[in-house]
Amino acid sequence: MTKEMTCIVCPNGCLMRIEQEGDKIEVFDAICKRGIEFAKNELTNPTRSITTTVATKFEDYPLLSVKTSGEIPKDKIFEAMKKINSTIVKKRVKVDDVVIKNLFGTDVVATSDMTLDVKTQRLID
Amino acid sequence: MKQRYRVCVLGGGPAGLAAAVSAANEGAQVLIIEREAKLGGILKQCIHDGFGLIRFGQRLTGPEYAEREIKEMLGSKVDYITSSFVTNVKRISDGGFELEIQSANGMMKVQSDTLVIACGCREKTSRQVFIHGDRPAGIYSAGTAQYFVNIMGYMPTKRCVILGSGDIGMIMARRLTLEGAEVEGVYEIKDTPAGLARNVAQCLDDFDIPLHLSTTVTRVIGDKRVEAIEVAKVDKNFCPIENTKRIIPCDSLILSVGLLPENEIAQKLDIEIDFATKGAYVDQCFMTNVPGVFSCGNALHVNDLADYVSESGELAGKYAANFRPSQRDIVKIEYDSKDFLYVVPQYYDVTQGGELSLYFRSKTDCKDRKVYLDFDDDTVLDKKYKRLLPSEMEAVKVKPKKKVTSATLRMGDFK
Repeated sequence: MTKEMTCIVCPNGCLMRIEQEGDKIEVFDAICKRGIEFAKNELTNPTRSITTTVATKFEDYPLLSVKTSGEIPKDKIFEAMKKINSTIVKKRVKVDDVVIKNLFGTDVVATSDMTLDVKTQRLID
Repeated sequence: MKQRYRVCVLGGGPAGLAAAVSAANEGAQVLIIEREAKLGGILKQCIHDGFGLIRFGQRLTGPEYAEREIKEMLGSKVDYITSSFVTNVKRISDGGFELEIQSANGMMKVQSDTLVIACGCREKTSRQVFIHGDRPAGIYSAGTAQYFVNIMGYMPTKRCVILGSGDIGMIMARRLTLEGAEVEGVYEIKDTPAGLARNVAQCLDDFDIPLHLSTTVTRVIGDKRVEAIEVAKVDKNFCPIENTKRIIPCDSLILSVGLLPENEIAQKLDIEIDFATKGAYVDQCFMTNVPGVFSCGNALHVNDLADYVSESGELAGKYAANFRPSQRDIVKIEYDSKDFLYVVPQYYDVTQGGELSLYFRSKTDCKDRKVYLDFDDDTVLDKKYKRLLPSEMEAVKVKPKKKVTSATLRMGDFK
């Protein structure tokens, strides 16, 4: 069976041609090996990372941006979102601090620093 | 606050932050003036990843990228004020500039030897794409919808139509879907998607969101709130085809129909604007036709990657810090508008000399092309491209070997 697939690993977005016969998968037209790996993974166990937000209890910082540190199975995305949206962050965290542990085999980590205290102005004399 | 600065940077996004840090590294006294309450620009709300591959060698989210730049600025000797807006700027007799600033502390004036314009760009609105019909609530630019969802935590829609297949539009289609909204479809007037192929795959295909090419929104229907959108297929001349009209019930229309460099302040200084980029004409030092005024980032031309925004900011800041009034010997970088959409910088100042960081976009989607840059009869760039696309900016660095009198960017075939 022949099919086409767009690689999502980098902005190049190679349009790859894939030949699949049983367990044998051959990938053509990818300019790097990450594309080949992506295509094989996509046909056997497709995964995605998620970037989203989590509510916090802090009035001055109501929403924290987060990401999955690794990838989760593609068909678990909405279940993962449900879990993330039922979480409330109760302490101030930094980039890469774990917000939810082990969500479908990966952690949800912060992508912004709640402790970064940037004043409204700074004027050095 | 000092009465006079060496460099005033207008805008505290990635371009302005990089410009300020590089100017301070050259020993200049620098002030950043930021309109919003927080530094970081649009990156704050771009929570998706893919930023920083060139600059940091890592795949970062927008907030991560912005915070790195903010931390670097905080570590440098840079003054900044936020929630402040430049309302007027004028040239003063000693060659510098006087800025009028509206800030939380009231009106104030500050002087500067040089200015770096790093105001970014703005989204086109429904008025700029001529959509007919009612004017109810529920028409958002993709960036506004993104601000609602990612910064305020409000859902602006339950069921929407997205017009325009730019990257922000597709990223918002995914974002709204993840948060439980239904995106009925993304509509694109052209016959090819405007954004990256990978975003069609990971933002639309992954979530079974249909992309309708050669189709546009012809009417907005609704009294107080959007109730429906009318779409129609278009012919080769982008004219709607009457018998293809279709009404889609929904509560919102989200627009991702392009970005325009912001140059209101530049106009006050009689800075010449390039029709191709909608930004200022600059030389390799990122200096405009007005000596002492520099332009960078998305205010100069709309970039695809934040990394290039930072790079141009860094260069503009460095040159602004080292600016000395001098006679300019300007060579225009010529190009054929059949091959190239635009070229930035548009000029090379022979008096200044040095390296030229050149950014360009091809006019059409073409394969197996070569791009050359000639300084007089000396070809300093000879590069193969497997594919060139108007939606993907290319960046090269070149340096002339001797004093030049002409510069030409041209395209040819290989194979």
